[in-house]
Amino acid sequence: MTENEEGWLYEISPKRKIIDLNFKEIWRYRDLLILFVKRNIVTVYKQTILGPLWYFIQPLFTAITFTLVFNNIAKVPTGEIPPFLFNLTGITAWNYFSQCLTGTSNTFKSNAAIFGKVYFPRVIMPLSNVITNLFKFGIQLGVLLIAYLYVLYTGIKVTPNTNLLLFPIYILMMATMGLGLGMIISAFTTKYRDLSVLVGFATSLLLYISAVPYPLAEVQKEMPEYAWIVQYNPLTHIIEGFRYMLLDTGIFSWNSFFYTLAISFGLFFIGLVFFNRTEKNFIDTV
Amino acid sequence: MSTILKAQNISKQYRLGLVGTGSLKHDLNRWWHKINGKEDPYLKMGAVNYRDKKATEEYIWALRDINYEVKTGEVLGLIGQNGAGKSTLLKILSRVTSPTTGTIKTKGRIASLLEVGTGFHGELTGRENIYMNGAVLGMTKQEINRKIDEIIDFSGCEMYIDTPIKRYSSGMTVRLGFAVAAHLEPEILVVDEVLAVGDAEFQKKAIGKMQDLSRGQGRTVLFVSHNMASIQSLCTRTIVLENGGMSFGGNTNDAINFYLNSKNSVITENFQDRIDREGNGKLEFIDYSLTDEKNKRLTSLYSGQKVIFKLKCRSRSQNLQNLKVSFTVYKKNGELLATFMSQLTNESFSLKNSNEIIFGCIIEKLPFMGGKYNCSIIVWENENIADYLQNAFEIEVIDGDFFGKGKIVPKSHVSVLVNHHWYLPSNF
Repeated sequence: MTENEEGWLYEISPKRKIIDLNFKEIWRYRDLLILFVKRNIVTVYKQTILGPLWYFIQPLFTAITFTLVFNNIAKVPTGEIPPFLFNLTGITAWNYFSQCLTGTSNTFKSNAAIFGKVYFPRVIMPLSNVITNLFKFGIQLGVLLIAYLYVLYTGIKVTPNTNLLLFPIYILMMATMGLGLGMIISAFTTKYRDLSVLVGFATSLLLYISAVPYPLAEVQKEMPEYAWIVQYNPLTHIIEGFRYMLLDTGIFSWNSFFYTLAISFGLFFIGLVFFNRTEKNFIDTV
Repeated sequence: MSTILKAQNISKQYRLGLVGTGSLKHDLNRWWHKINGKEDPYLKMGAVNYRDKKATEEYIWALRDINYEVKTGEVLGLIGQNGAGKSTLLKILSRVTSPTTGTIKTKGRIASLLEVGTGFHGELTGRENIYMNGAVLGMTKQEINRKIDEIIDFSGCEMYIDTPIKRYSSGMTVRLGFAVAAHLEPEILVVDEVLAVGDAEFQKKAIGKMQDLSRGQGRTVLFVSHNMASIQSLCTRTIVLENGGMSFGGNTNDAINFYLNSKNSVITENFQDRIDREGNGKLEFIDYSLTDEKNKRLTSLYSGQKVIFKLKCRSRSQNLQNLKVSFTVYKKNGELLATFMSQLTNESFSLKNSNEIIFGCIIEKLPFMGGKYNCSIIVWENENIADYLQNAFEIEVIDGDFFGKGKIVPKSHVSVLVNHHWYLPSNF
């Protein structure tokens, strides 16, 4: 028998590359990606009365609560911007990041059943999560737009500025940062469950050091000795930058912009490395 | 035929017990060895996978040095006891987990069917789930579009196809899942006992489809099952796994024989201890054996197998004339099933210059269905019962491919299999 030693399609072995992102393969599974996104969107609100309305309710009520607590009781100033709009803007941006993070960090644990039975590029799962959240983000942006127009209608002057051109980059930064952190956490939680306990309350606390319910300038003024915590937090610059471009309020500098961009891509690649390391054998430990 | 898949030195190590603080310690130790350029210290350890023994080490080799090749168009069977490593091997093949050492090279896309209906979501309709499941198994949307009618038809769930599958019966869910799987077109299909689900009619359909895949379309199939009959009817070659190692690889019938007989060590029930004998005692049974024609001992049998029952007797005298022998097979509930008597075949034997005689009874094709049976044995000397042992021994039969046509006999219809064939006679 003459045997053709060449022409192996692929090889299954314990060896692994540091970053193993096979775009060709992901492209081949694009239909699966789309189906997962569809499934995520469709199935969440099946058998609910309000259906997709729930996408509106959550940010609206959070913004109302924040306005009551931080602006009416604690008297955090928001400049000329109505506090409700200020909070809604921050929350909309924050929600996208935090949902990318929590969704991704559960990748291995919540998909163990399907991952244990069949192979497809594992990275499809977090990607589908990020895209699903993008859809929710779009809806919530719509809510923000309505609130925005209402504020304009009441005669208060709010204007976006030219930074609006950076909008897609901000979305990319939120997505990559959420993905990156999420992938790191998901990789560790397969073996050590501790982190998954942490993620839940850590993200809700992280919100408070990311300048969501207050402007960055305010923390610099009131607590200058601790302001560095907020200042070095890249999320702060995303939230501030987001408000800056939409409401023309707060602090923006190119330095902090590139700092945030670098960190989000850094996190993304670190996340990818951990994710690759885990995906091959996680089913043995999860 | 060319090799489509080649496995070299595949091993898989698992850690026994819980994953806890100990695992962190081992991880750190492993990492320390790695950055110092040394070999993983835990790879040298590891016990053989004897499921029923007490664990002596922390690491276990679920698979050890598996080597095999699969040719294009071949249906390779994989058999072994629970915990022999079959599923681990399938998991490695389907890239769910990676081997600890070794490589598998393949020339074709592998689709694995470790369960049916992977990725099904209860809230989605049958149709949506066909797309979902198909995509999970590696089909593109176009491919599914092309086959959707066929899939729905095969599943036999047309009425419910636009209903969420949480309303389906479990059988219908399985049918839908298998229907999708059956329409996969990978070069290599890896299947794990999925045929064990569904009703008899559906099983028939499923097996037919599998045969179609391999014979008709020339696809390569790797098939794991505990059902010897389906292994026999589907597989061209079979591998036996035992405690993580490959103990046999070759012709399917030989492999099944090897497996059945390695399963339980040869039990020799000692007839000499029996005190409930009847008869005049001129001749006494002392032992029995079941062998194949090459004189190899068998401990379990399968339907359709050629079996030789051997009965060993001893006598005080050295010369006895006109000896006849029989054994009778009963079901476990005591119902008489068949008898094999030398009176009926008009064969008689004699003992000459010896104290011992061995009687053999050849059954060309064992006609019993899978199950356990009791056997009683009698020996006559000059028409008088010399020895009679009720429930002398038990035989275990596994369902096999009696007719050699790849069909499984429905259990409810049959207690004894009879060789036959049908034709069109020219006159009545």
